[in-house]
Amino acid sequence: MSQRQIIQVFEQYQKARMQFVQTIADLATRPQNIEILQNAGVMSMLRPLMLDVVPSIQQTAALALGRLAEHSDDLAEAVVKEDILPQLVNSLASQNRFYKKAAAFVLRAVAKHSPELSQAVVACGGVDALVLCLEEFDPGVKEAAAWALGYIARHNAPLSQSIVDAGAVPLLVLCLREPEMALKRIAASTLSDISKHTPELAQTVVDTGAIAHLAQMILNPDAKLKRQVFSALSQISKHSVSLAEMVIEAEIFPAAVACLRDPDEYVRKNVTTLMREVVKHTPELSKVIVNCGGMAAVIDYLGDCHGNLRLPGIMMLGYVAAHSENLAMAVILSKGVPQLALCLSEEPEHHIKAATAWSIGQIGHHTPEHAKAVATANLLPKLLQLYMDASSSEDLQLKSKKALKSILQKCTYLPALEPLLYDAPSNILKHVACQFSKVLPHDSKARRLFVTSGGLKKVQEIEAEPGSPLQEYINAINSCFPEEIVRYYSPGYSEVLLERLETYQPA
Amino acid sequence: MSLLCACSCAVTPAPFCRVSRQTSRHHLHKKAIIIQKIWRGFTARARFRQMVKAAYFIMKMNFYEEMAVRIQRRWRGFFLRKYIHNFYARKSYLEELSRKNELVRRELDELEELQRRERNCLEMIKEQTAKVYQAHRLHHLLSTKQCPGVFNSPFRPAPHETELLLRQVKYHAPTRLAPRGKACLLGMPDSAASFPSSLGSPWIKTTGTFCFSKPILPPIVSKKQQGLFREPGEVWEQRVHCPDLTLHLQTSYTHLEEAQNQLRQHKGTGSMFHHPSHSSNSFTQPA
Repeated sequence: MSQRQIIQVFEQYQKARMQFVQTIADLATRPQNIEILQNAGVMSMLRPLMLDVVPSIQQTAALALGRLAEHSDDLAEAVVKEDILPQLVNSLASQNRFYKKAAAFVLRAVAKHSPELSQAVVACGGVDALVLCLEEFDPGVKEAAAWALGYIARHNAPLSQSIVDAGAVPLLVLCLREPEMALKRIAASTLSDISKHTPELAQTVVDTGAIAHLAQMILNPDAKLKRQVFSALSQISKHSVSLAEMVIEAEIFPAAVACLRDPDEYVRKNVTTLMREVVKHTPELSKVIVNCGGMAAVIDYLGDCHGNLRLPGIMMLGYVAAHSENLAMAVILSKGVPQLALCLSEEPEHHIKAATAWSIGQIGHHTPEHAKAVATANLLPKLLQLYMDASSSEDLQLKSKKALKSILQKCTYLPALEPLLYDAPSNILKHVACQFSKVLPHDSKARRLFVTSGGLKKVQEIEAEPGSPLQEYINAINSCFPEEIVRYYSPGYSEVLLERLETYQPA
Repeated sequence: MSLLCACSCAVTPAPFCRVSRQTSRHHLHKKAIIIQKIWRGFTARARFRQMVKAAYFIMKMNFYEEMAVRIQRRWRGFFLRKYIHNFYARKSYLEELSRKNELVRRELDELEELQRRERNCLEMIKEQTAKVYQAHRLHHLLSTKQCPGVFNSPFRPAPHETELLLRQVKYHAPTRLAPRGKACLLGMPDSAASFPSSLGSPWIKTTGTFCFSKPILPPIVSKKQQGLFREPGEVWEQRVHCPDLTLHLQTSYTHLEEAQNQLRQHKGTGSMFHHPSHSSNSFTQPA
């Protein structure tokens, strides 16, 4: 055979390999094909192709591998077991940018499934290789490397620590300043994933000056970037007071309130999450946010959204109100209580209802005025109903009971307390009776109202063990009224009168 | 003294004058009693004076303390009410807060309205440019006088908007860069590597078009020639249908003498019937 014919054989083989790899890569985009591919043993076929001489075959093989690994857990584990990772990591240092992108994609696909797989990636030196990729010029390579690092950092604190130890954070902050939008998004998301685990990691991120850069990107028109930026800021500020203060010092706050009207709902949710994380530490931080009008914006946001998106807003109101009665009054004045009542009635999920009940309790427990504001919104019967409902989860029952008790201890608004006399269990009834016994001795109009609305009758019907606090309160209430009235309303009085009638002899 | 009294019987000296020892003893007792009485009175009065002084001092101190308590009570009440639990400050703070909330709500509403209008505007521009682009591509469907186009059906009361667009649009050959150029100008809201979708296929495109991030100059749309050139069609026509450039004139150069001869003959003979064909022939063009 001539030389040309021999070379032709090689070229045919190369074309065949190229076609195979490209077809596999295309097939791997569809989930239904992947099972079939897996059963056909595609992993072991792709592995030698990754060491192929031709660069484009290597790249396409890596791409196909990444797509397969991304799809399912078992395939990712197979990638790890077949020892493909070490050779990927070694070639990451030397190859061109297309290969680097594909290799980073594979690492990301493997690391995303579970902490053990991420640990395997870290163990074969993947993190150092990815950090080297972060120093490249090509933005696509940087994006792929940052994305892989983000997925590794997402799982737990030791993995994030290993990424920080490899010196990735300053490079990520540099990536934040690049003009490409996708790179910025991914850098922000990776910083968010790193700083969410422990205060030390968040401090490391802050020390590289990330907050200033993140703060500059708040008013960027791109919605997905804003999501990630706010998520990063909230993960940083959630750990401690000093971190939250640093975030506030970056002067985000009046500007971030404008993002609460962004058309993208996750941007709004993340802004509210940031506000919640800042507010929960101290009253001064809450005052900063309340003073710039954040409260009103959050309450409007609660009106616009539904479901799980409401949770950060509700918790923010609760945290603000918990600090002091001034702030609780601020919440009431910003029309927070009707909105919380709406949330309580509209939301079906128990954890959201529990959070709402907690917030209401925090608002109402400071002074009688606060309790009155809560009671006039007709929330006390609702809380009672949530407590009594057998289908409520334990958490919901506990929170609504605590809220109800704490509000009742300060509530002096009698018209709202009366309905509670009828259906409440004895431990709640005790507090209700206590409040009545405090208010009735001093207010004659309230006494009249109490009698005419049937409250006195109901109180007489309550059975309490003698000597218990409930009995004492009932006695205290009875002593506010003349004896004839008390006897008149006592149960069975008509029978007593009839008996007297029967035994009466007209003189 | 007691020593004296105790052993008075032993120590009582013999009296000088004629009194018995008992009498002198009694006398001494009485004197001793007087001395003791005065001394005790003295010390008691001293003690009493001390007690009075102490009681007076305590009374004054109580009075001062009570007055001090009154002052401190007033001061504390004043200080707390004015500075720490200042009712009016709280009231004004809450009022300010309500006003600020109103303001923020209004401003946010305006901002939202503005952003919504901007987005609608951008969308409308996008739609309009898409329609115009379509009109460019469908220019051949323009209706003519003879044949109504697809969008100008005779059964319609008025032409379709696409027909109107087709009439307005000036035809020029669409350049290949036009759609991408438009996407760049619109600010490419969702650029090539979209975030949540798989990195797979887009990355191949990004290698070719990652220069999207750099500002691309708008394409040169019109291929109009500058200057007063004539249309290419005209020039071509002229070249194709160029008349024969020969040295033949339209008329022969002896035309004038022949015409004069003709006229003389015509006038000389006077009979027109013999020479109409000749005269008419002489005026025709040479073949």
